[in-house]
Amino acid sequence: MSIRHSLLALLQDQPRYGYQLRVEFEDRTGSTWPLNIGQVYTTLDRLERDGLVSNDGGDGEGHVVYSITDAGRAEVQGWFATPVERSNPPRNELAIKLALAVTLPGVDVAAIIQAQRAASMRALQDYTKSRRDTAANQRAADTAWLLVLDSLIFQTEAEIRWLDLCEARMVQLAQASGTRSQARKPSNGVTAEEAAPRTAENRR
Amino acid sequence: MSVQGPQQVLELAKVSRTFGQGATAVAALRDVDLTINAGEFVAVMGPSGSGKSSLLALAGGLDRPTSGGVFVESTPLAGLGLNALARLRRRAVGYVFQDFNLVPTLSAVENVALPLELDGVPARKAHRQALDALRQVGIPGLADRFMDEMSGGQQQRVAIARAIVGSRRLILADEPTGALDSTTGHGVMEVLRSRADDGAAVMLVTHEARHAAWADRVVFIRDGRIVDEATAMHDPAVLLAPAG
Ligand SMILES: Nc1ncnc2c1ncn2[C@@H]1O[C@H](COP(=O)(O)OP(=O)(O)O)[C@@H](O)[C@H]1O
Ligand SMILES: [Mg+2]
Repeated sequence: MSIRHSLLALLQDQPRYGYQLRVEFEDRTGSTWPLNIGQVYTTLDRLERDGLVSNDGGDGEGHVVYSITDAGRAEVQGWFATPVERSNPPRNELAIKLALAVTLPGVDVAAIIQAQRAASMRALQDYTKSRRDTAANQRAADTAWLLVLDSLIFQTEAEIRWLDLCEARMVQLAQASGTRSQARKPSNGVTAEEAAPRTAENRR
Repeated sequence: MSVQGPQQVLELAKVSRTFGQGATAVAALRDVDLTINAGEFVAVMGPSGSGKSSLLALAGGLDRPTSGGVFVESTPLAGLGLNALARLRRRAVGYVFQDFNLVPTLSAVENVALPLELDGVPARKAHRQALDALRQVGIPGLADRFMDEMSGGQQQRVAIARAIVGSRRLILADEPTGALDSTTGHGVMEVLRSRADDGAAVMLVTHEARHAAWADRVVFIRDGRIVDEATAMHDPAVLLAPAG
């Protein structure tokens, strides 16, 4: 997440001081990515150094107010106009964990998958409830928060679907090796095949 | 505080269901324990063939277990004769079938009103309640259509309306969003959720995580066994809505 660009974008709205920026950011993103105030001040210092914001001095109540410069506006415009960079490919701890798990002996991959699925489902339940509650009495400021929630819901749903797929692949693999060694019967005649339709590969 | 626990609407106690015999026997369910209280929404997830529909059929009294007991509002279904069972199903249980199971020679509103009328509700009142149920699923304008004049998604909504009509205390839905687009699917979840919030016990079979996420509890089933459960935490530390 680009704190730098987020703060700049908020300053394009109106001049603000550090604490206001933090509150505004968290309010618009439902506190999903908490900012610590130290990060805000460090970022403002750098933005000032780079000529993207200017320090307007105190507001008389001990706050240092910043406003955006023309260079800063251009920077924000560039940020909005550029697709988010995908680190190549994005690091995904879960994918890494499972990739290692399937290649190591003595790791119960099915248990890992199920534990993760239940945890992801819990998160999805919470997001869904939160979305429902927010939508039920929506304020104007909630629009941003609802979008963030939708994004979390899509991501978590995709994660669960991917886990289902991993599990189906595992069943497929186990079945293929079982067929090769002993024509072992799956515990309940149908499950494995229906969960993961046979491919030409494991029919061999 | 009341000493009494929450009201159990559905209880499955050590339920097993085996189809066929001998070498070809299929154990669809094995020793399943599951309780759903009034006001609770439970989703069942699992791969195809894991026993979800079998579980729902037992809960709705459409099938009988090979062993174990099924109780609806504390009544053991095993003790009921066919007529009593049919009456309980009409009055207390709303069932959405995977393949809709609608009567083609009746209009949408007549399909929805049918279980009420069979149960002795006066026609006019049954009609009014049926229209209300069709409104809840978003198709009040299609009340007079026949099944062959409706799309799969519209028929599915009629089937859902028929399950929620009146004041059913147990609502069982088998993949009720299969033929629906995502907006309509969302609407159906809102209907099921609000029935649970009004005190019904709801059991939903689905393979869509985003729909299961509307439930209070998600039960995972594999090879006829419940293997895990996810209960919403509503953890305010995880999810902090913006300060109003
Ligand atoms: N009437 C039946 N006769 C024989 N086998 C059945 C019958 N109904 C279900 N089964 C078997 O029981 C298992 C569970 O089926 P089902 O409950 O329909 O699974 P799901 O709904 O999870 O896909 C499957 O192996 C299925 O083939
Ligand atoms: Mg089924």
